[in-house]
Amino acid sequence: MNFLKRYLLPRMISYFLVIWLGITVVFFIPRLTPNDPVIRMIDQMRARGSTLEPGAMDDIMADLTRMYGLEGSWIEQYGDMWGRLIRGDFGVSFFQFPTPVSQLIGNALPWTLGLLLSTTAITWIFGNILGGIAGYYTRKRWSRVLDTVAMVIRPLPYYIFAFTLLLLFAYLVRWFPITGGASLGALPSFTWEYIMDVLWHSFLPALSLIVLGGVVVFQTMKLLVQNVNAESFVQYAKLGGVTEDRIVGKYIIRNAMLPQITGLALSFGQIFSGALITEIVFGYPGLGMLLYRAILNGDYNLIMGITILSIVGITTAILVVDLTYPLLDPRIRYV
Amino acid sequence: MKLLRDLFKDFRFTLSFIVLMIIMILALLSFFSPYDPTLWYVVPRDLRPSAEHLLGTDSNGQDIFWQATFAVRNSLVVSLISGLVSRAIAVLIGMIAGYKGGSIDRVLMFVGDSLLVIPLVLIFVMLAMMVRQSMTLVTLGLMLAAFGWAWDARLIRSMVLSLREREFTKTAALSGTGTVKLVLKEYMPFTMPLVFSTLINNMSWAIGIEMFLAILGLVNLNIPTLGTMLNWALHYQSILLGRWWWILTPVLLSLLVFIALYWLSVSVSEYLDPRTRIQRVGA
Repeated sequence: MNFLKRYLLPRMISYFLVIWLGITVVFFIPRLTPNDPVIRMIDQMRARGSTLEPGAMDDIMADLTRMYGLEGSWIEQYGDMWGRLIRGDFGVSFFQFPTPVSQLIGNALPWTLGLLLSTTAITWIFGNILGGIAGYYTRKRWSRVLDTVAMVIRPLPYYIFAFTLLLLFAYLVRWFPITGGASLGALPSFTWEYIMDVLWHSFLPALSLIVLGGVVVFQTMKLLVQNVNAESFVQYAKLGGVTEDRIVGKYIIRNAMLPQITGLALSFGQIFSGALITEIVFGYPGLGMLLYRAILNGDYNLIMGITILSIVGITTAILVVDLTYPLLDPRIRYV
Repeated sequence: MKLLRDLFKDFRFTLSFIVLMIIMILALLSFFSPYDPTLWYVVPRDLRPSAEHLLGTDSNGQDIFWQATFAVRNSLVVSLISGLVSRAIAVLIGMIAGYKGGSIDRVLMFVGDSLLVIPLVLIFVMLAMMVRQSMTLVTLGLMLAAFGWAWDARLIRSMVLSLREREFTKTAALSGTGTVKLVLKEYMPFTMPLVFSTLINNMSWAIGIEMFLAILGLVNLNIPTLGTMLNWALHYQSILLGRWWWILTPVLLSLLVFIALYWLSVSVSEYLDPRTRIQRVGA
């Protein structure tokens, strides 16, 4: 009961406050700018060469205003938006009219989830193992070599790194396909061929994410292990003759792991905005690609939908971590 | 001067310092450019590097070397505006939150934490889509600054929280020093190293975001920056057409800038952290 009042309740309130703030920002950004989306849309229609009868223009403008949710005052529009969001209605896509945004997102989500869930997990596991070993044996030669390699890879801009991979392994040496999430015309099914085809297509995007992401995990884990290793309780355990396996496994890893678990949850939360650049470079048909097309077409509803999904995703991930922390770290008690 | 001598003992600092100096010189050279960077077709198109055009020319009929000097300068301008303005916001908010405490602290930190959680990249995309036509280097820099202060404000706040408990705060307050003077005169010097090392990080973050937006075509593509140069080179398929001199110029320049800024920030923050400082300087 006490736990509920003193911890859970304020935590839930702040959870909803962050979501509210985020979505409010998303709501106001288009309204703070001088250009009117309806006029812009009509300009674009004109630019494509469609001519309209004088009366039809007014109808279209009224329709667009309603579609964009721009009827009435700001307060009415704001309330209206929340009403729709709570019903799970993100509106319709402007450029793939009248497909609902939620359906477009639903089609793209499995691709992104498949790629990013697996790469995030692989990145985290490999980065932590390597970082942990390198942090424990700091003075070994190979540990320093790994450290230097990480120092060079870390600042590389993701776009250039991914693009170089694509050029090398899909254009110069044609080991991997240049674009797409699966071969053209391949029907999604649970057959061996189809799964291998998807894996083959996702190898390069996955590699680029794992290398650049893994370096960050490696560096943080190495630093954490180094710091824990220098603590007096570890020194004491060593002097007391506790076996090395036990020190590393029970004392060091366990303590160094906690911040890394937070990091893992944060990167799972990031998944919902998709790996924008990855999917553009490798032509992968996930959320990032959907977002890219939405940006090119100025499909504001779709962008807003993905942004809102992403805000909810990441705040929920953080909430879950906060609530499960006591299970992982016995020192934390929400009493 | 001892500070600099200690820092130069780290080869990473020396190397990145030299690289950044070269980049700065390149940026300054833009003031002597014989061409206007916004004009097209001022030189013959698609020439290979030669004595006359050091890095060749591009398909827009611009000299790549002089275009690159403008690109470096503009990218640095954006990152400096973003870095300096967001530092000012971070210091202000961090100090107010840390010194005042209470509900002001809670509100400010809530806003800051929300900024850390919200997917900023998507917010930038939306903002840039809306103001693309009227976007200048200054508005871009300010836009980045408005969202880039949260984490550093938190760092400064926690620093002020601990400074507030120190003896000299009480001495100053009891001897009648005003709050503003106390914070500016007594606390500012403690936060300066932190402000400097986070400035470098923020600058490289700003250049990265600018490149990201430029690749998506969401900035004014007539202003040369590292990102827009890359965008044009990709737009004209310079890789498939074998115009390596065009695509490699922005790629190599941005690699140099990112690696130099990162190494500079790592070596400065290692120097500021006394535990690693002892290992390095051997003092």
